[in-house]
Amino acid sequence: MRKRHFWPWVWVVLGLLYFFVPLIATFDFSLRARKGVLSFDAYANVFDDTFFYQSFTFSLQAALLTIVISALLIVPTVYWVQLRVPRLRPVVEFVTLLPFVVPAVVLVFGLIRTYSSTLLNSRAGGYSLLVASYVVLSFPYMYRAIDTGLRAIDVRTLTEAAQSLGASWATILLRVIFPNVRIALLSGAFLSFAIVMGEYTIASLLAQPAFGPYMNLKASSAVYEPSALAILSFGLTWGTVALIQFLGRGAPGQTQLGGVR
Amino acid sequence: MAFLDLKNVRKGFAQSVAVENFNLEVERGEFISFLGPSGCGKTTTLRMIAGFETPTSGTIRINGADVTGMPPNRRNVGMVFQSYALFPNMTVADNIGFGLKVARKPAGEIAARVEEMLRTVHLPEFGARYPYQLSGGQQQRVALARALAIQPQVLLLDEPLSALDAKIRVSLRNEIRSIQRQLGITTIYVTHDQEEALSLSDRIVVMSNGRIEQIGTPFEIYNFPTTRFVASFVGTLNVLSAHVASAAEGRLTIDGQEIRASKPLGDVGAGQPINLALRPEIISIDGAADSVPNSTNRLAGTVEDVMFLGPTVRVRVRFGEQALQFDEVNNPHLNPPARGQQITVSFPPEACLILGNA
Repeated sequence: MRKRHFWPWVWVVLGLLYFFVPLIATFDFSLRARKGVLSFDAYANVFDDTFFYQSFTFSLQAALLTIVISALLIVPTVYWVQLRVPRLRPVVEFVTLLPFVVPAVVLVFGLIRTYSSTLLNSRAGGYSLLVASYVVLSFPYMYRAIDTGLRAIDVRTLTEAAQSLGASWATILLRVIFPNVRIALLSGAFLSFAIVMGEYTIASLLAQPAFGPYMNLKASSAVYEPSALAILSFGLTWGTVALIQFLGRGAPGQTQLGGVR
Repeated sequence: MAFLDLKNVRKGFAQSVAVENFNLEVERGEFISFLGPSGCGKTTTLRMIAGFETPTSGTIRINGADVTGMPPNRRNVGMVFQSYALFPNMTVADNIGFGLKVARKPAGEIAARVEEMLRTVHLPEFGARYPYQLSGGQQQRVALARALAIQPQVLLLDEPLSALDAKIRVSLRNEIRSIQRQLGITTIYVTHDQEEALSLSDRIVVMSNGRIEQIGTPFEIYNFPTTRFVASFVGTLNVLSAHVASAAEGRLTIDGQEIRASKPLGDVGAGQPINLALRPEIISIDGAADSVPNSTNRLAGTVEDVMFLGPTVRVRVRFGEQALQFDEVNNPHLNPPARGQQITVSFPPEACLILGNA
């Protein structure tokens, strides 16, 4: 019995070391900005930098816009596919997985080639392209979360029940479907949020002042601050995952990423 | 004019026809059951009335208005589903008030109506609960209250008791009937359970393969089935192969023994085979031959099997190649017949249902 438990624990400990040692090392390094003592100077420098706030709020806005557009696009699509054309499900699933297949750099070069003489001539145009690209990047996360959420409820019968009570399509979506996939939607939204906040390639090549390029810039111009930023970035991602878990315990009859409650 | 009128309704899918030549007139306040096996088209017909399916041809009228192509949310038809279909994110009260909110009724009116509906379905204290906090029977009551809250023109129930256990099924069945009578609402009830249909309905529409087999009161459907399908689907039935002795006099022979039907057999020649159906409850053991009238039919046979079921004893008697089964009331002071025993069973000529050529 004792022997049987030994090797699994070895692998678990090795895995934890592999994950945490670099993280702890980075954290330790970020605290050594002042010679001889551990301090949060690097973090203070980051927070004192106006570019940090500018790039962070820029990416925050882009992330929120991405989530809203993505939700408005994907929830009705998944709902309609499940309700009316379930045979198209594999096709839609494949399309939403394309961002995993097509690298971001390919996507952004395609966008630059197509819109260099139109949208990219203006600041608003570039921003629109950035958000549109982020919406595409969010597809796999949003689609999977919402699809799982919708599959956990009997979409067809709930729709018919609402219809028989006089509800229009808009009412059904807003008062029956959206509330019932709220947790799934939040799961997808937080994952998309984490992706967008750390995204570098698209923002950089579209010359947008986002958080990803800012972190990269810092990495080449400062010593301890990049480590502080990496820890902050990790904290942000973990915070969103914790929020998913926290909200996932919430409302009755709700679903979260990964299956039925 | 009938309150709900279905004329020549047909529904075809790519590979098959679900409903064919469906004609039905339902009066206001009537309780109609669609009864039939799975795939007979009863739910499709109900869904066409609700507006979830569009007929390939034919018309559906409710209270004189043609609703054939009307979307379901404009029909004012209440629907109760087998799976309850309560909105999981809403409380019981919000579920019941949903249709009224959609119709933009004042909040006070909604609250009063929700209270009234909760009392109607005997759940006055459950308004603040969520569907997942209720049992199956309670959820279905809420679903019924929700459908009734909008005061629909027609109430449609799609096998509403199928997911419940036997005891709750019977009590909720009685409740549905009593609420329907109390509100006088025109109701269509889909079921494959004959007992439900017989006990609830003013009239039953028996369906098979997308067609109506017979429409009638439960009494007519059970006692006077017009087709072999209805006879065999509704209730238990012994179908025996007989030969015509005299069609005009209604005389038949089974395994060489002559019996008599109460009516002439129609246009059938002597010696022709014919199907005869007998309900088990009309058959009894002919223990005291002197006490039954001479006109009673008698068949002598051998007891093949005896099953003790508690309140009744099921006996199977063989006559040559054929057998019939019937239930005797259990009498603790009388021994049931033994296997292999020669007995005579009796039944009146009126009990003979002639189902046509064998």
